[in-house]
Amino acid sequence: MNRKQFFSTSALVLAGSLVLAGCSSADPLATESDAAQDGGTTVVVGSQAYYSNEIVAEIYAQALEGAGMEVERQFSIGQRDAYMPQLEDGSIDVFPEYTGNLLQFYKEDTEARSSEEVYDELKKSLPESLAVLEAAEASDQDSYTVTKKFAEANNLTSIEDLAGISEPLTVGGPPELAERPYGPKGLESTYGVKAEFSATGDTTVEDLVAGTVNIANVFTADPRIQTEDLVVLEDPKSLFLASNVVPLVAADQSEELAEVLDPVSEKLTAQVLVNLNVQSTVDKKSAADIASAWLASEGL
Amino acid sequence: MNLISDALSWIFAAEQWQGDGGLAALLGQHLLFTVLAVLIAGVIAIPAGWAIGHTGKGREIAVGIAGIARAVPSFGLLILLVLLLGVLHKPEAALLTFVVLAIPSLLAGAYTGFEAIDRKTIDAARAVGMTEWQILFKVEIPLGLALLVGGIRSAVLQVVATVTVAAYVNLGGLGLPIITGLNLRRFDMVLGGALMVAALALVLDLAFAMAQKAAVPRGLGARTKKKFHYTDDQITLEREMS
Amino acid sequence: MNWILENLGLIGSLSLEHLRQSVIAIVLGFAASIPLGWVAWKYKLLRGPVVSLTGLLYTIPSLALLMILPVLTGMSAISEANLILALAIYAVAIMVRSVVDGLNSVDPATRSAATAMGYGTARRFFAVDLPLAGPVVLAGLRVTAVSTISLATVGILVGVTNLGYLFTNGLQRRIIEEVLAGIIAVAAIALLVDLLLLLAGRWLMPWTTASTLKRRTPAPKSTEQAAS
Repeated sequence: MNRKQFFSTSALVLAGSLVLAGCSSADPLATESDAAQDGGTTVVVGSQAYYSNEIVAEIYAQALEGAGMEVERQFSIGQRDAYMPQLEDGSIDVFPEYTGNLLQFYKEDTEARSSEEVYDELKKSLPESLAVLEAAEASDQDSYTVTKKFAEANNLTSIEDLAGISEPLTVGGPPELAERPYGPKGLESTYGVKAEFSATGDTTVEDLVAGTVNIANVFTADPRIQTEDLVVLEDPKSLFLASNVVPLVAADQSEELAEVLDPVSEKLTAQVLVNLNVQSTVDKKSAADIASAWLASEGL
Repeated sequence: MNLISDALSWIFAAEQWQGDGGLAALLGQHLLFTVLAVLIAGVIAIPAGWAIGHTGKGREIAVGIAGIARAVPSFGLLILLVLLLGVLHKPEAALLTFVVLAIPSLLAGAYTGFEAIDRKTIDAARAVGMTEWQILFKVEIPLGLALLVGGIRSAVLQVVATVTVAAYVNLGGLGLPIITGLNLRRFDMVLGGALMVAALALVLDLAFAMAQKAAVPRGLGARTKKKFHYTDDQITLEREMS
Repeated sequence: MNWILENLGLIGSLSLEHLRQSVIAIVLGFAASIPLGWVAWKYKLLRGPVVSLTGLLYTIPSLALLMILPVLTGMSAISEANLILALAIYAVAIMVRSVVDGLNSVDPATRSAATAMGYGTARRFFAVDLPLAGPVVLAGLRVTAVSTISLATVGILVGVTNLGYLFTNGLQRRIIEEVLAGIIAVAAIALLVDLLLLLAGRWLMPWTTASTLKRRTPAPKSTEQAAS
């Protein structure tokens, strides 16, 4: 009797889990191929695993929904290397991107630096299946940032000024900064500034404020630049590329998407982006609430 | 295969081993975290486990604590502690995370070691006039040693594999090339780092396997051998079950 | 605490995702471990290599495995299938040894008795060996389940959304409650699944419950362990 029980239940559990497995395998596969085919009916909006990017993605998604389109969200997909293949094969249709960083993804040794140069070159460098719509004024680009105290003590306004400092310098940033062209190596070759590197990752700003590093690689739309009294150093020799927020979309749908998203980008100024970020980090609001409030206030 | 040969040539490149971020330094950090965490956890968990094993009291509480500690995701705990303690205390946050990770195995290793001893042996020791302390140090600890070493072994392996996440909060270790390579799509770095961690774990595991054999008192081998084959975790749970 | 109350919906849907991903991985790992464990138990020559090779899988750091698997399988790194496969591999790493140990714990006399009663190899395995190995296998399965559920959170680092999202998102936004909510939810799911497995074990293998009762009644210091 016990054995019968053992059996029937094992069979049940196994059958149940197979059903579960069956359901789920349809799910991840859908993101790879199926969605590509029905792209005309449902627009898949993706986002990076970065809260600010998620807010912009949510804005795009809600704007598209407002225009009567079916939207599916694929948020929080890590870094560029992880999600670009999905965009290229058509399983994601819309993604908030940053012109400079995206250009460097396709053309690592690019010479373009200003917003316009970067945007133009980006258009030429994208694969055929992808297109960028109008870029917003808002930018969220890499920077070298110091505390106000450190800037005043050493008379700093630009990265160049760092070369004259005698105390040892340490740059904090994400681990991969060590290998990037604008990382410590670029700092030395472009500006002659010698600095150690510390992979402070997601706590870079805290580390800067706490003093474990004295220079930090911070995104310029980070609200803490204002709240923590930080100074973004000028970059006269253009180590960093301008990097404006831009919708990266599937080329075959770019026309209808542009109708909805271009007006959004037009309103997305630098200060707006910082404000949106503040609502997320300080007011702890969800991306969806922030997006709908902003869209409503702009009449979009 | 290409991937593996790339990773190996990355590991064996001489310049990879030098400097602050070199493999030698990362390996050192990784080992240091592992050893410190297991030591601290041992100071807490081993006496506690012995006390439980000797008195037979508090077992349910220990099983409960160990169960909860096991269910806590290390990655989340590390982030929580960094946020709570602040960036100046990242090493402490990481150490605490790994200590929490190591405690269940050590605790289980200590008390199951005592519980596995034939009660007649303890009764005999008491009958010949040994004090409780003598029973503890001359009978229970030596006889329970093999299972305790087993517990230390699995704690070390878990910690070695998990110290990898320390790199996520800037504490170095062999996770650094993995996390760096992840964002750069440099598979030689990712796989190279992974191979280093696996090799370190393998070496430590072999060392502990030998220590575990050596920890079985002579003359006791044959009868208890079968038991020592289980890992401590399985023994604990099996005992809860059966 | 406000954050948690305002985001119960998010926590709930992430928990369901998390549970689904973990359960599939646990079941797949379990299903693969039974034949592997059986082969290792049956053929003594293979036992050492199979047990230590599968055990070795456990030492591969999870982040690295999540990035390397797609290269080998051609799957997308950010697909849920990739995370589930990686978790199933870790499950196999823990489970195979329990299956071998479980089969070892079956009294050979019982097996001979079954053979004498005319049980064929397959029937004997499913009707005698496997149920009797049950308690040890279940113990391994419970460890596997808890560790899989906890490990699944690293999926977020390659872009598979589950409760791990609350960790990275909470760190970026400095919302301590968010990270705490993630930890509590993961631990609660792990303990719940563990409890369900325990109850399932008692129900499927009532003979173990009887002996538990018998043993638990006297003080723990009695002769309970001698028999095992």
